[in-house]
Amino acid sequence: MVQPSSYIDTLSDGPSGVAANDGTTLHGAILTRSRLAMTLGILGLTVIAVGLMCLHFGAQPIAYGEILRVFVDTISDKAIDDEVSDLTRTILLQVRLPRLLLGFLVGCSLASVGVALQALLRNPLADPYVLGVSSGAALGAAVGVLIGAGTTFLAETALPACGFAGGLSALVIIYRMAKSYERLPIHSLLLAGVILNAIFSAMIMFITSILEPNRSYGMMAWLMGTLTAPTYGGLVSLVIYLSIGLFLLFSQMRVMNVLALGEEPARSLGVDTEQAKRIIFVLTALVTGAVVSVSGMIGFIGMVVPHAVRLVIGADHRLLLPASALVGGTFLMGADTVARTLISPTEIPVGIITALAGGPFFVYLLLWRKDRLA
Amino acid sequence: MSGTSDNRTNDAIDSGMTTMVQRHCAYDVQSLRFRYQSKESHTTGWILDDISFQVYEGEVLGVVGPNGSGKTSLLKVLARLMTPQQGHIDLFGQDIASLTQREVACVVGVVPQDSQQLFPFTVVETVLMGRFPHRPRDRWAGGFGWENREDVAIAKQAMVTMDVAHLAQRAVTDLSGGERQRTMIARALAQTPKVLLLDEPTAFLDLQHQVGIGSVLCRLKDERGLTVVFVSHDLNLVSQYCDRLILLDEGRVIRLGYPEEVIESDVLETVYRCRVLVDRHPESGLPRITLPGRRLSGET
Repeated sequence: MVQPSSYIDTLSDGPSGVAANDGTTLHGAILTRSRLAMTLGILGLTVIAVGLMCLHFGAQPIAYGEILRVFVDTISDKAIDDEVSDLTRTILLQVRLPRLLLGFLVGCSLASVGVALQALLRNPLADPYVLGVSSGAALGAAVGVLIGAGTTFLAETALPACGFAGGLSALVIIYRMAKSYERLPIHSLLLAGVILNAIFSAMIMFITSILEPNRSYGMMAWLMGTLTAPTYGGLVSLVIYLSIGLFLLFSQMRVMNVLALGEEPARSLGVDTEQAKRIIFVLTALVTGAVVSVSGMIGFIGMVVPHAVRLVIGADHRLLLPASALVGGTFLMGADTVARTLISPTEIPVGIITALAGGPFFVYLLLWRKDRLA
Repeated sequence: MSGTSDNRTNDAIDSGMTTMVQRHCAYDVQSLRFRYQSKESHTTGWILDDISFQVYEGEVLGVVGPNGSGKTSLLKVLARLMTPQQGHIDLFGQDIASLTQREVACVVGVVPQDSQQLFPFTVVETVLMGRFPHRPRDRWAGGFGWENREDVAIAKQAMVTMDVAHLAQRAVTDLSGGERQRTMIARALAQTPKVLLLDEPTAFLDLQHQVGIGSVLCRLKDERGLTVVFVSHDLNLVSQYCDRLILLDEGRVIRLGYPEEVIESDVLETVYRCRVLVDRHPESGLPRITLPGRRLSGET
């Protein structure tokens, strides 16, 4: 039955084709525990280094020696010595550190959500900000402020839940649109995001316009994406909220790999794609809602960071997702430091910095890398 | 269709059945009916209309027919990617509807028609994804699900079989159409399936790789007893490499049998609505088709 062919001889030396290939090792091509540990270790050290630099810079620079001394004193619970002034200690521990940690958490979350949405929608430009998920969450939080009449945004424990509801409703709309097509073409998806953003922005503007002037000013600043130093209590509740969402999102890494191949290939590999989509959408909305309710709409991290990380370390989500999270956290810590110090003592909303960094990159991808978007 | 040809075909099928009666069925499909579930298509007819056939273990079955005849839909129903409205499918004696998608994926490998890739997975990463259904859920392992030595060895062998081992480190987004197609077949082979379903596997391939894939499928059948169901537009290719053929038209089985029973000029002319010349392949003696030549001006 088999036709004699010269090609088949070149295919393999015999039934056990492995023998022909023992020379070629796959070293470095496959993600291994050691490669994962090494990459994440390097990124972890980068996080610490960048974090220290961010603590150093500010309206009043704090020397690295002083930063370390304060940390050592605090951890070892030693009696406070006089070498570091109380003012410096307060600025460091009550203002810069909590804000830095908040920035790291928000950056981690936004980058992780971006990776998940890109895998799910098979679209390398997907981003919670671009798709309107962030503005949905912001609308939810704004409605929460309006009806709850909370005094500060963080004091309201219900705000993340309101953000979750808003973000989820935006995702449901996108999901329905994506479902009615085989795969939502990239430009349609972006258009859907533009329209959702327009609708949600109009509603947010309406809410802003009926608030009292001083509260509407606060809301405007929050909407542009601002990190303000939270209390440690607020930080802990945010950590609990996000770590549940992110842990469950990270448990889907291998499924994301298969989903990125496409819906039918994923199903033919045994994935319950409908269930996986629902899980990832809900977790995405949960994390976005929590993040937006504390920091407003910080854009483009979810798109730029995964894209850049993918170029360097490849597409395997088991490395891409944790690495993007660390890089996203580092990026936002840095961006926030720029926002604090660029024209200090005045602060710029950090959302403006990320949009100015990410927007042009987005345009570049859209105009010059069409091949990558198909 | 003339009466004589019908008799000859039925005799041939009968004799074929008696020799094959001992063989086990990979698939047993009984009066299958399928249509897409949406408001518009309720008015239109069935995409697959009352289809019954068996796929024997260790055979290469070709599915042919004109555009829109239901070939791809049939393949998706066999892969349990779509659920038929009527009829039932047994996969190695078990009702496919009672199996989970993962259980089906351990037995059936699918190579889809369109394999355009957006994310720069390397070839070896893509092939290793074929091992996905074989590893149990690892909810508490943080979603890593590490490959073991066996997985890597199987993926390596699949890459060697499909002649993509030298591309292992390349990103699938940078491959040519043929290289990508072979990578996708390697991924399906890495599932260590008993059945391989392929949708137009040679569509993007040059002559060398068309012959190569035909040969590889036959070799896998001979060496591992792999069952192959293979949708193709290329009647000459399926004639050479398939043990039996199904000819579909408008969702119905028109002919089912050996290549010489299916590839007959009168049958093909009815189904494809154009003139087709059938002769014999000079080496194998199997039927070969030729499309009508250009008529010189002056002739009618």
